[in-house]
Amino acid sequence: MIPLAWMLSTSLKSLGTVMSLPPEWIPRTFHWENYADIFRLVPFGRYVWNTVVITLLDVVGKIVSCSLVAFAFARLRWRGREVLFLIMLATMMLPPQVTMIPQFVVFKHMELIDTIVPLVLPNWLGGPFLTFLLRQFFMSIPLDLDDAARIDGASNFGIYWRVVLPLSKPALAAVAIFMFNGSWNDFFGPLIYLHSRDKYTIALGLRSFQDQNYTEWHLLMAASLVAMLPVVLIFFFAQKYFIQGIVFTGVKG
Amino acid sequence: MRRREERDGWLFASPWLLGFLLFTVGPMIASAFFAFTEYDVLTQPKWVGWANFDKALTDDPKVGQALKVTSIYAGVSVPLQILLGLCVALLLNTRIRGLQFYRTVYYLPSVLSGVAVALLWRWIYAPNFGLINSFLARFDIVGPGWLGDKDWALPSMIGMSLWHVGGGIVIYLAGLQGVPSELYEAVRVDGAGRGAAFWHITLPMITPVLFYNLVIGIITALQIFTQALIMTNGGPHEATLFIVLYLYRNAFQFFKMGYASVLAWILFGYILVLTLLVYRSSGFWVFYAGELKSR
Repeated sequence: MIPLAWMLSTSLKSLGTVMSLPPEWIPRTFHWENYADIFRLVPFGRYVWNTVVITLLDVVGKIVSCSLVAFAFARLRWRGREVLFLIMLATMMLPPQVTMIPQFVVFKHMELIDTIVPLVLPNWLGGPFLTFLLRQFFMSIPLDLDDAARIDGASNFGIYWRVVLPLSKPALAAVAIFMFNGSWNDFFGPLIYLHSRDKYTIALGLRSFQDQNYTEWHLLMAASLVAMLPVVLIFFFAQKYFIQGIVFTGVKG
Repeated sequence: MRRREERDGWLFASPWLLGFLLFTVGPMIASAFFAFTEYDVLTQPKWVGWANFDKALTDDPKVGQALKVTSIYAGVSVPLQILLGLCVALLLNTRIRGLQFYRTVYYLPSVLSGVAVALLWRWIYAPNFGLINSFLARFDIVGPGWLGDKDWALPSMIGMSLWHVGGGIVIYLAGLQGVPSELYEAVRVDGAGRGAAFWHITLPMITPVLFYNLVIGIITALQIFTQALIMTNGGPHEATLFIVLYLYRNAFQFFKMGYASVLAWILFGYILVLTLLVYRSSGFWVFYAGELKSR
């Protein structure tokens, strides 16, 4: 917590008072204009917008795809299910660095570098961690509900849509939050795929901002705080879901 | 009915199946191929046999340095995180007032990550007016250059990693609260003290959680990248040249895709060996309450 307070304090100082010893914890005058300055000095608004677009597409894609796959693993009986589930768990150990280079090459040949496709598309095709989390949750819903719905003539998709999903809101919320965080803070993906400045995400923007103004700590801290703000807000409003999600994968896994 | 379920199973799983083939299996095969080539993306890959492996394993001191730095980082930060996380969780698990508050305080930093956090820590470690050195200056101590000092850069990164113990704490707390209270009553009847209760009940009962945190901790620590690129860029004197940072340089700055693929496989092999070792050792120290022991 002290680092965060220190950060807030720095972000409200002037360049002169940042460099004073001993440091003032509560600046004598609040320099709110620092926050306006970062939007003026770099297209920070642009970066925020780019990040919002990518993050929202990622979150929606992840929820849709992971919940479908988790439903197949948790509620349907089909040949190959056990083996494929084990394979999926095994891929959790594979560091993304192994697949990253060929993925980059393929996207390069498809001329999709400097677009958001390489960042978003993989998130529409499931992913082991969050599928696993949802599957664990789906398994805890009584199977009788599915059987009752089947007797009423529901299709498997009907069961997924009307029975399982409505009962899984806490788990879906956890998935949404985890993905939001991952996507919002992602650095490696944008770093290798986005090159032109007007496509930058906040993470990239912060980095180039650092390279240009590496000693203007008051501005750097203001920009970093803006970058963290959505995550902090979501954290305070949805702490419960965070904790549930973590507990689900960690303890019951 | 059964046939439809069979078909729908594959259908529902198809997003992942597709992603698995396109973004995991395909790239793995391609990466294995690239490892034996010289490839700069623009021209055709050129087959070079085992040359990349030879270079990485015998001829490139930076690989050794990267593996050393990464191993020290993981080897020190993971145990420290586990120990610290467990201690805080044990403190929070006693019925203190304001548990919710403390949980929030410890947990919040662990959800923050990425460039913004790396910048924050650069400022904390800044040599002249940073939080730590200006605090030390109060006692007339001149602090080291931290990230700019080749002996302090790596310890500084390890220190920073401890800010993120909160995620582990939440899991430990859940594990601690899952320990049946009958067990504690039973040892109390037997006249055991609090220390004995900890060693014989609490610790064995939460070993599955420790195991989980250990595995995830190792995998995450070995892949450290963002902090390294933002805070030190591998320096000073390669004191923080982590393996993924070196891989990134080869792949996306020097465009040596073949050599970078070899580095990726080395990292994968390293993670695999460590995970398997931890997994194999788990039979000796992890206790599952619901498990039937065959021995």
